[in-house]
Amino acid sequence: MFKLRKAGLLKLGAALACVYTLASAPVAAESLYAGIGRSATPKEIAAWDIDVRPDFKGLPVGSGSVAQGMDIWEAKCASCHGVFGESNQTFSPLVGGTTADDIKTGHVARLNDAAYPGRTTLMKVSTLSTLWDFINRAMPWNEPKSLTPNEVYAVVAYLLNLGSIVPDNLVLSNTNMAEVQKLLPNRNGVTTDHGLWPGKGMGNGGKPDVRAVACMKDCVSEVVIKSSLPDFARNAHGNLAEQNRMVGAQHAVDTTRAPPTTVAEARIAAGAIAPVAAGPATPAALTQKYACVACHGIDAKIVGPGFREVASKYAGRADIEAYLAGKIRSGGTGTWGTNVMPAQTLSEAEAQTLAHWIAGGAGK
Amino acid sequence: MHINNQMLILASMNTFNSENTQAGRLTKAPENFLAPADIRQVQDEAKNGRRGFLRRAFAAAGAAVAVPVMAQSNPVPEGGGDPNILNLPAHSRGLGQSVATDGYGKPSQYESNVQRRPSPGLTQTAQASVSFAPLQSLFGIVTPSGLHFERHHQGWWDIDPSKHRLMVNGSDEKIVKTPMVFTMDELMRLPVVSRFHFIECGANTGMEWGNVAVPTCQYTHGMLSCSEFTGVPLKLLLDRAGVDYKRGRYVLAEGADGSSMTRTVPMELIESGEVIVAFAQNGEMLRPENGYPLRLVVPGVQGVSWVKYLRRIEVGDQPYGAKDETIHYVDLLPGGQHRQYTSTQECKSVVTTPSGGQVLLDQGFYNISGLAWSGRGKIKKVDVSTDGGRNWRTARLETPVLSKCLTRFNLDWVWDGKPALIQSRAMDETGYVQPANRQLRAVRGSRSIYHNNSIQTWLVQESGEVKNVQVA
Repeated sequence: MFKLRKAGLLKLGAALACVYTLASAPVAAESLYAGIGRSATPKEIAAWDIDVRPDFKGLPVGSGSVAQGMDIWEAKCASCHGVFGESNQTFSPLVGGTTADDIKTGHVARLNDAAYPGRTTLMKVSTLSTLWDFINRAMPWNEPKSLTPNEVYAVVAYLLNLGSIVPDNLVLSNTNMAEVQKLLPNRNGVTTDHGLWPGKGMGNGGKPDVRAVACMKDCVSEVVIKSSLPDFARNAHGNLAEQNRMVGAQHAVDTTRAPPTTVAEARIAAGAIAPVAAGPATPAALTQKYACVACHGIDAKIVGPGFREVASKYAGRADIEAYLAGKIRSGGTGTWGTNVMPAQTLSEAEAQTLAHWIAGGAGK
Repeated sequence: MHINNQMLILASMNTFNSENTQAGRLTKAPENFLAPADIRQVQDEAKNGRRGFLRRAFAAAGAAVAVPVMAQSNPVPEGGGDPNILNLPAHSRGLGQSVATDGYGKPSQYESNVQRRPSPGLTQTAQASVSFAPLQSLFGIVTPSGLHFERHHQGWWDIDPSKHRLMVNGSDEKIVKTPMVFTMDELMRLPVVSRFHFIECGANTGMEWGNVAVPTCQYTHGMLSCSEFTGVPLKLLLDRAGVDYKRGRYVLAEGADGSSMTRTVPMELIESGEVIVAFAQNGEMLRPENGYPLRLVVPGVQGVSWVKYLRRIEVGDQPYGAKDETIHYVDLLPGGQHRQYTSTQECKSVVTTPSGGQVLLDQGFYNISGLAWSGRGKIKKVDVSTDGGRNWRTARLETPVLSKCLTRFNLDWVWDGKPALIQSRAMDETGYVQPANRQLRAVRGSRSIYHNNSIQTWLVQESGEVKNVQVA
């Protein structure tokens, strides 16, 4: 018995091993998953394979001048990015902060100046392909992928001209992108010497740059608070009491009030938050809540009459709403047959809401 | 002014302040297990130091937990009983609602405060913006899909899955043998895996590099979520298309939305089987805000690489220098160089309760609870300090403890009513220890924006209000 079972298991094991081999070997995968997925056509690849790499692989043939770029810029880019790339305080500025000296060194010196406001795109970008690729795939913001390749060349040329990196008469094209790359002010400003690339092709193999130890006792001699949320910012994200669950180990502080000074004050402040009042219920919600629709259809009888049957029966009655509201609360039998409608425990206001809705034809 | 105050308070943290005993509150608590004689003793002892008192008082009361003087937070009202008990509520006396009242159920109306929220002033447009997950109100490790943090670059879409396609091709004709296209129907036929992973934006906690800027855990750490993702290992699709793995060491992922996000992913992560082309999240299809119907899941790597609305995978022999690898998501270091292609999210943790903006309603027992995670593997240990990092206690890790996934930790704590500085410090299975922010800044300065994984400090003030602070 035992031997037999063991033999059976071994056989099963062998079968599983076989399946595993099939699933993990690339050649077998092709046959195992045959019919799932098909070859992409050259036309399909051309439609979607739009990326341009730093070595300019993927860059389409084309050209555009600074002058053409200015026209496109003012029509399609300036509304967000500003006439001069300063970006109207809406988006991050694109232009500014680079110098003729940076163009020589390939390092933007102002990146070391903490007082310089903001870091513009031209201060950071190290590869020209990135500007071309991104403008082509994602700009204009509300109409991405609408520019032709020539228009993209022109816009890139104009952007570089705004940054005083290329002359006014430049015509940027697939043939001179590599030359213009050599002018980018921050082209030498990046490093991959770090431990945060989870692969072997770049970086230092994952070695962390910061080494802390898990000290457990008397780890620091003096604890000094060097930064804390200023009182004026306490309510800057809205009333925090409305951003925390109203029940639990902690409640949240009502930041529309002055900071509490004692636990008792804090408790009053935090406890004073009333539950969120539900808005007036819709008739449809009430018919669900009180399970009216378990017995009444909109048009037709289920156990009791359809709501619209009720509406048409009493259509001539002047006090139809008051009558129906009363019937809803009292229940009854005999009017529509022998089934009994139990008295309903809903409020007068809710009964009137329902009565008004039924009398009006039980619409959506 | 405020800072000086706090420093004074901290300086006196080791000396018992008799004003804190709030003796008047004791009479409100008839069910307190301390007898009146004990209470008098407490008050006397309070003036003379408290160590001996704690030992004696609790030996007498036979308490299991070392609770200092406490008032009942739920005292018996005047009439001898709680009206919530004495007067039967409507729900005990009436008929409730029907099945399927709501075909897709919603949280209780009383939970309406628990929302993902943008940080005012962080971005100027609503389509290129961020909303933060309400970590302070969540339990366990799974983020409800409707509360998952959002980062959109050009607005989100609800894409018809029957029209969505995934293309796999190469940067040249030789690197991928057969460029392929897959429909969603086809992808969903393939063998799938289901795995829990965290996703964290590289800029999470970025507003706090230089100084405290935001009030709550939601805004300091809320670009963090964790879900069970289901999908097809990308390796399987690449095998199907026939990849030259010797040359093809970099993979470009590209989205189908307006921004058509692109990011470079190392082939090593795909070969490990970890990277999946996911269509499902927490038992249902992805939410539109999270990339419906298809997104890349790159465990341990910052969220920007988890390309949403995934339409294309390209295998290449060089990294791609995408906009978010060259102009954004580069880390400015002292000296002016930017670190490029920083992808791994290093070990990090945060106490979510109690946390900034909350109020401890009374002294006594609390469960300090928080989240820990590492882009390099499993969490091995989390230590918690309540004195600003002087002394640490090891917290309990709740199961499951999974690789590149949030881990929930808990620690018993009795608040004595004095100021406390609460911190957590995680260690991952590689032995890497989450640094203090002074340690991080010593190496990287404070202008990097991205990859701030330093220890978070919450100051519990005497009033019970918890405040976001940074310690030197």
